[in-house]
Amino acid sequence: MRVRSMNTGFFRMGIALLAACAFVGAAVAAEGAAVETAGEGHESGVDWQAWKAGNDVRSTASLQRGAANYVNYCSGCHSLKYVRWSRLATDLEIPDKVLREQLLPPGAKSADYIVASFPRADAENWFGKLPPDLSLVARSRGTNWVYRFLKGFYVDPSKPTGTNNLALDGASMPAVLSDLEGVKAAVFAEEGSGESGHAGRHVERFEVLSQGRLSPAEYDTFVRDIVNFLDYASDPSQVQRRAIGIWVVLFLLVFTAFAWMLKTEYWKDVH
Amino acid sequence: MAANDESLPVRTGFLGWLNKRLPVDAFVRDQLTGYFAPKNFNFWYFFGVLSLVALVIQLVSGIFLTMHYKVGEATSFDSVEYIMREVPFGWFLRYMHSTGASAFFIVVYLHMFRAFLYGSYKAPRELLWLFGMFVYLALMAEAFMGYVLPWGNMSYWGAQVIVNLFGTIPVIGPGLVEWIRGDYGIADATLGRFFSLHVVAVPLVLLLLVALHLVALRQNGSNNPDGIEIKEKKGSDGKPLDGIPFHPYYTLKDLVGVGVFLIGFAIVLFFVPTFGGLFLEAPNFEVANPLSTPEHIAPVWYFTPFYAILRAVPDQRMGALLMALSLVCFIVLPWLDRSRVKSTRYRPLRWKVWLTVFAVSFVALGYLGLKPADGLYVLLARIFSALYFAFFILMPFYTRGESTARVPERVTISSH
Repeated sequence: MRVRSMNTGFFRMGIALLAACAFVGAAVAAEGAAVETAGEGHESGVDWQAWKAGNDVRSTASLQRGAANYVNYCSGCHSLKYVRWSRLATDLEIPDKVLREQLLPPGAKSADYIVASFPRADAENWFGKLPPDLSLVARSRGTNWVYRFLKGFYVDPSKPTGTNNLALDGASMPAVLSDLEGVKAAVFAEEGSGESGHAGRHVERFEVLSQGRLSPAEYDTFVRDIVNFLDYASDPSQVQRRAIGIWVVLFLLVFTAFAWMLKTEYWKDVH
Repeated sequence: MAANDESLPVRTGFLGWLNKRLPVDAFVRDQLTGYFAPKNFNFWYFFGVLSLVALVIQLVSGIFLTMHYKVGEATSFDSVEYIMREVPFGWFLRYMHSTGASAFFIVVYLHMFRAFLYGSYKAPRELLWLFGMFVYLALMAEAFMGYVLPWGNMSYWGAQVIVNLFGTIPVIGPGLVEWIRGDYGIADATLGRFFSLHVVAVPLVLLLLVALHLVALRQNGSNNPDGIEIKEKKGSDGKPLDGIPFHPYYTLKDLVGVGVFLIGFAIVLFFVPTFGGLFLEAPNFEVANPLSTPEHIAPVWYFTPFYAILRAVPDQRMGALLMALSLVCFIVLPWLDRSRVKSTRYRPLRWKVWLTVFAVSFVALGYLGLKPADGLYVLLARIFSALYFAFFILMPFYTRGESTARVPERVTISSH
């Protein structure tokens, strides 16, 4: 009798834990799905809406490359106004000397926030709007979106910049990475007026108009490293958070097991 | 309280000195060791104490967040990011508070459903239910104003939609909206008052209502899954035959429940704090922007059943009225249910079907409230809204003269 009631107790605790895990599992699955919009049902062609960032924010090497890429290609226009250079160096294990000589803009101190040197008035003049701060873009738009955006530029002569973007129709940002990626045109399934963008149109294939300095695989890594870096910048404590979380959950499991044993001991005379 | 002093331990020294001045031993006896609770509580009876745990989590994390949060249109959003990035373990405080808000509503909804299952709102516990409903309403106000404080874009537009609902009230509506906002739009003045109400006024009201809820609970004691009054069957020692002392039995059992709850809570906090955009929404990682409306505006999941009812009606004024009525239904529940039996266990199939219809409708409306209001979603929201109201409005008719099963004399208990 005693053994049976212990078993049912364990059984119930197990069920409760399983239910909690299923709940969280569903949420993790939703985490990926939440940033998806449409993007199903294309039998052939380029299913760009299914492109996944697939970055690993625990990879310090990737984050270091991403930071270098960001400083070289993005930080001229895009600030990371919530990120300090010094915090970046600590988290990404960048030596002080490298930070000073290769990353810090002239005149900046390591305790400064990462702010674009771009004059605001000129920016609005040239692009019609200020290049947005990217501190939180990986959270507000999602990492997959950033990945699609950086790989989504195609030639569109109707636009002032000469290019358009699959992830952001009418993007005012020029294809600044075309030197690395090359220049590509998108061939759409059904040709509309071709005047304004691609909303709801299906990309049949890309046509390479000129090669870039990087191979497609190299460019993919280049972009993924930037996305990874922005993922880090959007929530810098996330790696530490998960590492602590494992110990907290383990402690609570042990605590709850002892609480359960104590409860069972007291309750054995209740009939 | 000090009626039966023989049952108190004889104290000397400091404890004797203390008890002469403060009724510590008497309180422990009356509220814990000598307070008898039914011995047949099941899984559903954890959610009361878990609501208290959630309340404490929110108060403690909120106190520390308030130390660093800077209210104001120009500072709110930045200060939340400052907490997330530069305050030591600030991310822990913020995620504790955001996860805690959702956890609070999860346990409160399950706590309320327990009352439906076992008739806990029925005589003599109507006031207990009423205080609980006022706690729930205060909690909704608290959650709504807290949601605005980070000043994200969804905060802004959510506040816009909800505050404008008051504008549908005839005559005083437009003036009332302006009075609530303190400005012609959701702005700095609105943020300031929401902050004040969120950290001072509503928590005080909440604590008072929770205290009243607990006092009312102790007056008649807890209901139980059999819906039997255990005080009606007492042994020769005057103690309820089906009761066991709250301490140590339920304090220890609750400790296990709290442990399981905290495991789930920690998993969300440390591994999926945004919970797929349900607990922290993606548009709220952009600062409030009156010029850029999010793709579709939806409140956080715990308000979506009522939001779905609001949007199911084409006319905004009627929608707002129905939404208010959907809450009033909860409040008058003890007077709608005419059944003589409390527990669903001894009530007929008809009641079980209606209760299931209600539970399914509530969850379905919650899902539909998250979806854009078009096509099939609106049709479904209308059907489930109708079922939701039918459950309450028809209740006096389908519960009157219910053919119930015989309720046992004593509680049934299998294993624990």
